[in-house]
Amino acid sequence: MIRDVEVLVIGGGPAGLCAAKAAADSGAHVLLLERDDTPGGQLVKQTHKFFGSERQFAGTRGFQIGEMLVDEINAHENIELMTDATVLGMYEDGIVTVLKDEKHLKLRPVKTIIATGAAEKFLTFPNNDLPGIYGAGAVQTLMNVGGVKPADKVVMVGAGNIGLIVSYQMLQAGVEVECVVEALPNIGGFLVHASKLRRAGVPILTRWTVKEAYGNGKLEGVILCQLDDKWQQIPGTEKDVPCDTLCLAVGLTPLAELAWQAGARCEYIRELSGHVPICDENLMTTVEGLYCAGDVSGIEEASSAMVEGRLAGYAVAVALGYDVENAQKEVDAAKAELVELRSGPMGGKIRAGIAKVEQKRGEA
Amino acid sequence: MRIEKHPILQFDRGEKVTFLFNGQEMEGYTHETIAAALHAAGVRELGHSQNLDRPRGLFCAIGNCSSCFMTVDGEPNVRVCVTKLKQGMVVEEQHGKGVVKG
Amino acid sequence: MLINDGIPTAEDLAKVLPSEERLNKGPIAITECFQEIACNPCVAACPHHAISMEPDINATPKVDPDKCIGCRVCVAKCPGLAIFVVDMTQSEGTAAVTFPFEYIPVPEKGQLACGLNRAGEEMGWFPVLRAVSGGKKNLTYMITLEVPKELAMEVRNIKAGGYRDGK
Repeated sequence: MIRDVEVLVIGGGPAGLCAAKAAADSGAHVLLLERDDTPGGQLVKQTHKFFGSERQFAGTRGFQIGEMLVDEINAHENIELMTDATVLGMYEDGIVTVLKDEKHLKLRPVKTIIATGAAEKFLTFPNNDLPGIYGAGAVQTLMNVGGVKPADKVVMVGAGNIGLIVSYQMLQAGVEVECVVEALPNIGGFLVHASKLRRAGVPILTRWTVKEAYGNGKLEGVILCQLDDKWQQIPGTEKDVPCDTLCLAVGLTPLAELAWQAGARCEYIRELSGHVPICDENLMTTVEGLYCAGDVSGIEEASSAMVEGRLAGYAVAVALGYDVENAQKEVDAAKAELVELRSGPMGGKIRAGIAKVEQKRGEA
Repeated sequence: MRIEKHPILQFDRGEKVTFLFNGQEMEGYTHETIAAALHAAGVRELGHSQNLDRPRGLFCAIGNCSSCFMTVDGEPNVRVCVTKLKQGMVVEEQHGKGVVKG
Repeated sequence: MLINDGIPTAEDLAKVLPSEERLNKGPIAITECFQEIACNPCVAACPHHAISMEPDINATPKVDPDKCIGCRVCVAKCPGLAIFVVDMTQSEGTAAVTFPFEYIPVPEKGQLACGLNRAGEEMGWFPVLRAVSGGKKNLTYMITLEVPKELAMEVRNIKAGGYRDGK
């Protein structure tokens, strides 16, 4: 049996929650799918206060924003939330298949918003598969969702926002953070995150990397070394650091597989951290009625993901003819918010990525 | 080790349950994943690589990466990082590809 | 350099430190926020409208030394934990430094805590004048430490735990 759905939102993270709410607030009926047993995506483990402005809930901690959004979704009569539901495929005839409680569901959505987020990248070095070498997000999950102390002593790789924030959160959980190493010459994350780590005594070593890891069946230590201007390891700079955990925060890559499957045009855009669907200014892919919001179409802060979700949700409402005047106003407001969030010096990368998307769109 | 006090978070762990890990009885909580309960008990070796049988631990902890495959209640290739603990669960290390029984 | 080790330099600080004259008048907020990022909760947090950001949300905040009364409200509101309040009038030889704190245990008033500078180096043991919660939802504490005047622009944190009783 095929179930008809008006608006299908795939992924219950910051983008998906905001997309579902925006479309439903306008009057559309939304089915929101989340593969985990609780919605919220990675917001559930963000214990720090968010940046941005009031409209992106700045000053409120990430997990509190998640709780707030989920409460709104649960209370919304136009939204059906389905957890433990994994989308398996998107077919050329528009059918979406879902695994839910060991059952295979078939959906036929009028409009679909993909908000599947991103996955953590990995780093190549000898013995990088030893137990104890984790993605920074995994450590965050263990610690902030599971309530388990993830390590006794950790080395963090990556001084972007995730590396800095997770290092700080580990200090809060009583973990000894030996140092943060960063291959780039500069700290990539917000300097205020770096400074709060630094004044807790954690050194941030730029132009350093992991040469190798060692341990018998589990991580026992790492050899760090310095890099020269050409990214080559400098012999003689090796430093042996005993530790039980190495955390990798070396970037995220968009989870755009579903857009690929659906036949949306995807291109590799370095500034957006991977293969991303080419979307128009309303976040619609090259497939009519298929939208993307959040990290799936380019890695950015969660604040931007929420605004993108809102943009896609209201754009879908406009396309379906729901509360058009107001929804269009909200679309325009969300676009203006994104311009503002991306307009500072830290937005340079995302602006370059978006420029490339626009250029590719023009080539088609 | 579990975090008992945290400056920002409080943890609702659910009910205490017992489960078997490689035949050994262990304790955990219903709101925890199998991986979290094992980690709290000091077990970090979860999966094994298919060809070289190298020990693997968590990598993503959100069901993306397949690094934590174990056999749970006889079912192979279970992602223990996203599977919640239940009373009496039988959790076993898995080597090789895993075989679906029956 | 701040950009590659996280420690603001004297040059960075010179941009945000109030005049000596203003410091000698009483408590004032110092925003150690040097990077243009999209963030503005401090502006709305200030009950005295002393913090501004021009032309937009990406600018760094500016504190109006005439309007700021050093009330400390912004300290727990800044998502970057980058605002401090310094009161050079605490006593003849000491200053009161207020900073955000998100670790456990939280020190109690009257205890001695080990003060840390911006590099996390130990600066000595100083009495805790106040330890105030930012609220049930905010969850950031504001700790005020009494330090010798010459360390007022150095001490910006304390070591969590190991607090001592007495003087």
